[in-house]
Amino acid sequence: MGAYEKVLKARNSNRPSGAFFVNRMITKFVEFHGDRRFSDDGAIVGGIGFLNDMPVTIIAMERGNDVNERIKRNFGCPSPEGYRKALRLMKQAEKFNRPVICIINSSGAYCGMGAEERGQGLAIAENLMEMMTLKTPIISVVTGEGGSGGALALSVADSIIMLENAVYSVISPEGCASILWKDSAKADEAAEALKLTANDLYNFDVADKVIEEENMSYDEICDNLKCEILAELSELKDMPIDELLEKRYQKYRNIGKL
Amino acid sequence: MIGNFFKSLYGEKENKVCKKCGRSYTYSELVKHSMICPNCGEYFRMTPRERLVMICDKFEEIDANLTSENILNFPNYDEKLKTATKTSNSKEAVVYGVAEIAGQKFVIFVMNSEFMMGSMGRVVGEKITRAFEMATEKKLPVVGFTTSGGARMQEGIYSLMQMAKVSGAVKRHSDAGLLYITVLTDPTTGGVTASFAMEGDIIIAEPNALIGFAGARVIEQTIGQKLPEGFQRAEFLQEHGFVDIIEKREKLKYTISNILKLHSC
Repeated sequence: MGAYEKVLKARNSNRPSGAFFVNRMITKFVEFHGDRRFSDDGAIVGGIGFLNDMPVTIIAMERGNDVNERIKRNFGCPSPEGYRKALRLMKQAEKFNRPVICIINSSGAYCGMGAEERGQGLAIAENLMEMMTLKTPIISVVTGEGGSGGALALSVADSIIMLENAVYSVISPEGCASILWKDSAKADEAAEALKLTANDLYNFDVADKVIEEENMSYDEICDNLKCEILAELSELKDMPIDELLEKRYQKYRNIGKL
Repeated sequence: MIGNFFKSLYGEKENKVCKKCGRSYTYSELVKHSMICPNCGEYFRMTPRERLVMICDKFEEIDANLTSENILNFPNYDEKLKTATKTSNSKEAVVYGVAEIAGQKFVIFVMNSEFMMGSMGRVVGEKITRAFEMATEKKLPVVGFTTSGGARMQEGIYSLMQMAKVSGAVKRHSDAGLLYITVLTDPTTGGVTASFAMEGDIIIAEPNALIGFAGARVIEQTIGQKLPEGFQRAEFLQEHGFVDIIEKREKLKYTISNILKLHSC
């Protein structure tokens, strides 16, 4: 499958979004709303629940399944208040010693006037800084589209897992083609050049694990993902905090090391 | 070091034309006016060299020879790097080193919009990370001048990951109780705004500098309308609470020196 086919597959509206993974993996889920600053962003669903018998904080980007849901979820494009809600829940997880699981599936942070007025850049920047030293394990999973800084703001993590047909890129192939070649129709070329597939990212040491999708239902994929998260957490939970944070720092320090 | 910088400022360049009022100036005349048009007050964009001469009494560059490679084998990137190196007369889009103002030592980095629009790839991210790591080790403040179109897409996911890498180094520097001042200059956008540009303890901006996350064209396409005058300018950001000080270029050295002094006791 070509890179652009994967992009289209990752974006496909039949592909499950964040809430599916929350509902299938987590029991007794309680959703928490709002950033305590401005509003509640529907593009990010967050709360607590049990992963098997372990309490976790889970934060998921949600695109919505029908027209009304999609409008409510702003098509999965978070605003600054979404990132601030996520950070609030992560700080809460740190306080109560719960691991954090982030589910990433968004074309990117919202590019609107209000988002700029309320500091989209600052909101992402603060998450990058704070996640780097959050004193509890963080696992980020890219399940569909990992769109640039808007995805990065939930993926400074101890472990990054990608589904096989998920993509993660600095810019959309259409955006890249339109800037470089003034022709968004060359998106397939751009997708190849950007090297944005799960396997590419695994080879670059950005993704730590790829979950296979071929010949499997989304239920099965999600169950395998859950097993992988549990395996990762059993290792990370026993690690001394200083060691965990040093390892997290070095993960990013070493990606594409000169 | 700084003496050589001065010489090259006065010697090499040709006349420059103000893009707002159209007047032409000799380069040395413009340098004397802090790269501000003496007629209409328009700010010319400044290279790291010009900025360092304006701000620092002393400067020692570090890692001057780090250059980028085409790690993804991205189409035409090699040629772009070559052209950028030639036209900007520099090796990458950021310069860093140890500097002094009025006897106060600090680490400084200055981005360069003439090199591929100041975009951040592995080398830019690495140099700024090293700047913070060195400052943390030597217990020095950091002053950073930003100007950037954002992440360098020719380096794909590696360029995006620089945002996290630099932010980690900024956080460690901050947790060590050390001061970080950012000076946002025209234009500061994209991944640089969404990382170290907005992570300063004190955020200064030059008047009328364009500062934002998304580009104006992208926002206009998203919302289907024209953006109002002054949107994403320094004054707009200050009004919305994101900038501490808007400082005139000719007073920047004094203001930075003063803030450094206030943190030195």
